[in-house]
Amino acid sequence: MSVVALADAALRQRALAAAGAVADPEIPVLSIADLGVLRDARVTEDGGVEVDITPTYSGCPAMGMIAVQVEAALLAAGLPAPRVRLVLSPAWTTDWMSAEGRAKLRDYGIAPPAPRATRRGLFGLEEEVACPRCGSTATETLSEFGSTACKALRRCTACREPFDHFKCL
Amino acid sequence: MTSILVAQDAPPLLLHVLRLADTALVLGHRLSEWTGRAPMLEEELALANAALDYIGQARSLYDYAARLDGRGRTEDDLAYLRDTPDWRCWLIAELPNGDFAHSVLRQFLVAAALQPYWRALAASRDATLAAIAAKAEKEAAYHLRHAGEWVIRLGDGTDESHRRMTEALEDLWPYTGEMFEADAVEAALVAEGVAPDPLALRPAWEAMVARVLAEATLDLPAPCAWMQSGGRRGVHTEHLGHLLAVMQHLPRSYPGAVW
Repeated sequence: MSVVALADAALRQRALAAAGAVADPEIPVLSIADLGVLRDARVTEDGGVEVDITPTYSGCPAMGMIAVQVEAALLAAGLPAPRVRLVLSPAWTTDWMSAEGRAKLRDYGIAPPAPRATRRGLFGLEEEVACPRCGSTATETLSEFGSTACKALRRCTACREPFDHFKCL
Repeated sequence: MTSILVAQDAPPLLLHVLRLADTALVLGHRLSEWTGRAPMLEEELALANAALDYIGQARSLYDYAARLDGRGRTEDDLAYLRDTPDWRCWLIAELPNGDFAHSVLRQFLVAAALQPYWRALAASRDATLAAIAAKAEKEAAYHLRHAGEWVIRLGDGTDESHRRMTEALEDLWPYTGEMFEADAVEAALVAEGVAPDPLALRPAWEAMVARVLAEATLDLPAPCAWMQSGGRRGVHTEHLGHLLAVMQHLPRSYPGAVW
């Protein structure tokens, strides 16, 4: 590897580390790296760094905020001419959420998505979701939509606590 | 006030992207009108979330349309500075919300058409459209599930909810034919492998609708000899102008205003 390529690889790693530490504005316990929102980084021809992020949902209102925070994080890390690029393909899936991210989510009181996103049967079929507080799987859906686009609202019939469930997508 | 015109003889891809964008934005706007008015908090959140999905899809599509147009217009220009005859949404999207039964039935009928459409479009030879479609398809599948469950619950519910669902079905049915029309614009894209043929997707829609209506104890309407049409040519119901007056008020009154 040439000296330039080595320097670029190091810059890319620094950019990924700095951007990856940015917290999700709506679920601050998760970083955008945990979420799988951070996709890639590269050094561009003009010597700047470009970071790719992808939205969880088409209309996710947090994307603008995340882009600004990533740019700020890159600047704070001393990276040159940072740019953020929004990419749609491949479409985000909860499969990209890290194991660490899932554990953090559960500790925070939000049931994480199933380890592998499958297409649920359209009607009637309920997936098994464990209560993030007591661990019981005796839980039921309250609403298909919760406080943000990525969450649904459920209730535990064992400990009787309501909780958010990160939708499987 | 200037109006941006995208001529009817503009390239088929641009027209098609605008059609998809217009339907998404108009329906997203209609859903947003439920905010503060839904029958319960959970459904208020659900409708607002679905609105957000549609508006997000519209943004991606307008952004692409602006690039295809190549005349320096932005997604906002396309959304806020065109007048009624320039809009190409399905008529079903612009109809007033009516009651909750009317709104969820529309959500169901439209999502049942869009979900297979996005799925097929995800295989488009146009990489940008394919990327937008792959994302939108997941959202449409969720909308379909949510609205479909409500159609079943209300259709197979009380006398009152059944009556309201029946009325909504009578109102909306004549607007469903337009979702499967293919004109010359569409045909050109189908031939190039850029867009799927909507007619080919109709049987999947019919099967889904028949299955859910049956479970909802609602009678499947007889095939209509005549269906409402015109949205894609810019011929709209009287409702779209009022919707645009509200939606476009701010950027029209304060040109160039930014947040």
